[in-house]
Amino acid sequence: MDAFTTHTGTAVPLRRSNVDTDQIIPAVWLKQVSRTGFENGLFAAWREDPGFVLNDPAYQGASILVSGPDFGTGSSREHAVWALQQYGFRVVIAARFGDIFRNNSTKMGLLPVVLPGEKVEALQAAVEADPSLQVTVDLEGREVRWAGEAVGFEIDDYTRWRLMEGLDDIGLTLRHADDVAAYENERQPWLPTTV
Amino acid sequence: MGRTLAEKVWEQHVVRRADGEPDLLYIDLHLIHEVTSPQAFDGLRLAGRKVRRPDLTIATEDHNVPTVLGPIADPVSKTQVETLRKNAAEFGIRLHPMGDAGQGVVHIIGPQFGLTQPGMTIVCGDSHTSTHGAFGGIAFGIGTSEVEHVLATQTLPAYRPKTMAIEVSGELPVGVTAKDLILAIIAKIGTGGGQGYIVEYRGEAVRKLSMEGRMTVCNMSIEAGARAGMIAPDETTFAYLKGRPHAPSGELWDQAVEYWSSLRTDDDAVFDKVVEIDASTLTPYVTWGTNPGQGLPLDASVPDPASFTDPIARSAAERALEYMGLTAGTPLREIEVDTVFVGSCTNGRIEDLRSAAEILRGRQVKTRTLIVPGSMLVKLQAEQEGLHEVFKAAGAEWREAGCSMCLGMNPDTLQPGERSASTSNRNFEGRQGKGGRTHLVSPQVAAATAVTGRLTAPADL
Repeated sequence: MDAFTTHTGTAVPLRRSNVDTDQIIPAVWLKQVSRTGFENGLFAAWREDPGFVLNDPAYQGASILVSGPDFGTGSSREHAVWALQQYGFRVVIAARFGDIFRNNSTKMGLLPVVLPGEKVEALQAAVEADPSLQVTVDLEGREVRWAGEAVGFEIDDYTRWRLMEGLDDIGLTLRHADDVAAYENERQPWLPTTV
Repeated sequence: MGRTLAEKVWEQHVVRRADGEPDLLYIDLHLIHEVTSPQAFDGLRLAGRKVRRPDLTIATEDHNVPTVLGPIADPVSKTQVETLRKNAAEFGIRLHPMGDAGQGVVHIIGPQFGLTQPGMTIVCGDSHTSTHGAFGGIAFGIGTSEVEHVLATQTLPAYRPKTMAIEVSGELPVGVTAKDLILAIIAKIGTGGGQGYIVEYRGEAVRKLSMEGRMTVCNMSIEAGARAGMIAPDETTFAYLKGRPHAPSGELWDQAVEYWSSLRTDDDAVFDKVVEIDASTLTPYVTWGTNPGQGLPLDASVPDPASFTDPIARSAAERALEYMGLTAGTPLREIEVDTVFVGSCTNGRIEDLRSAAEILRGRQVKTRTLIVPGSMLVKLQAEQEGLHEVFKAAGAEWREAGCSMCLGMNPDTLQPGERSASTSNRNFEGRQGKGGRTHLVSPQVAAATAVTGRLTAPADL
């Protein structure tokens, strides 16, 4: 995955709550067996409405999505993360995220940023007032900045380090293959196998 | 200080723990299906990696499969299923393909084979993996990157979630089911209420649930935002497991039961959060909106968005009513449906089919009604009990096993504007087909609704 340190770009306000992953990428798109080509499926049903915010020319080229609370709830489909990234988003900001979506994002280098609800709304209002507003998401400094505002966010040290280095989890785990083998020797004898 | 059930199971599976890092957790069972695995297998091939433990991995075809006999007509779905077959063969993974006696929805087949046992860690690239927690293990959904990680290492790096107890006191009244209980819980704590937690369902009403009912409850933990839900194993659990193909036998059975019996929250353990609910006050529940937290007793009416004080909940309700084509103040019982669906990993087990059959026996359905067994073994058992004859005599369609109308990935879908009463788990916009409108209900309410054509409780018939 690509390393993430700091990103500056324009943002798009999505004033909806409970944006489930079925909306982010509808199920018909999940039949693909590749990892690419999901940008056209992003919010596919909602984008059919000309009034949907992603269709507003003012927000074209935005790379930061600022959503209402409980973004990415529901299905575990990582395709939601791929669709957002392939459409051009590097960051999603919301007051709360679905756990699986949040986890999937950090595996792929899409940064989920949790800000307090009132700060999310302030940012949405600022972007609506000026869609060209430059927003900086500073992972190293754990801070989102726009127009003189600076709001801190929390992220655990390990995930932050992994994102900043762009590290592949599997490679990290394989360094501990001996520990895994040792654990396997001690597993309870009645545990089932599928063979 | 004592430990919770979740803490006991978690600690048992920690392979490696280091300061400032997530625990490395061993995974006892990895379930695979066709939708979330192809890119993971590609990743393995690209890196030249193998599946570490094919013997702890099992695959089935469920999301894409048609529930009428015959080949898959959609070429894209067909390719996805064929890709799973190729991957399973190449990496040496047991697969139950369409037409196989063991095929079925991934969360139905694990328990029926006895592969789902107390105290295990179980993952799958599917959020309803929480189902398996009904046996007292930690089971949760993962994304495709993590599927690849588990295939390659049989482990996952993870921080232990906080613990939540949902204490269900009292007894469920007659006609009120596990589905009603979990819909009421989600309505109470909201779709984000469980975020960051493993939920343990406890209390008298939970102890009295069958394994099927417990699976229904744990299945929908994710709809409350919790990645995992669990119920301590007891005699009901052991009785369900005994004699199943992959359950231990002989001396190992006795050893296992001794260990499993220790898997309960200690009296002096402390949960990070406790939620209490009185089962005796519950009635059949139904959703009116577009997320599973937007539910009410069937006795209620479509809510007025203005009645929500939180502006976010208010605008969500406004949007939901518009999408659902509903008017505030309409009694829920007056809502007419076009389709009834009984099935899915939430309510596609034998007990669910029995309870729907009990209501449909000797009656006629007024709407298109799909009865879809969760697995081929459930189908076989239902047919041995003659349930299929009951359904067919009532005018319902008796189908092959699969995810069916739970999600819009196979031919079973709603048309735009169509409305269903569905025993599945999600009423999201377009979940059952673009423009489709979903009301989540129990199998009993689904069957009664099929008879009248509008949302109905069995007691109304």
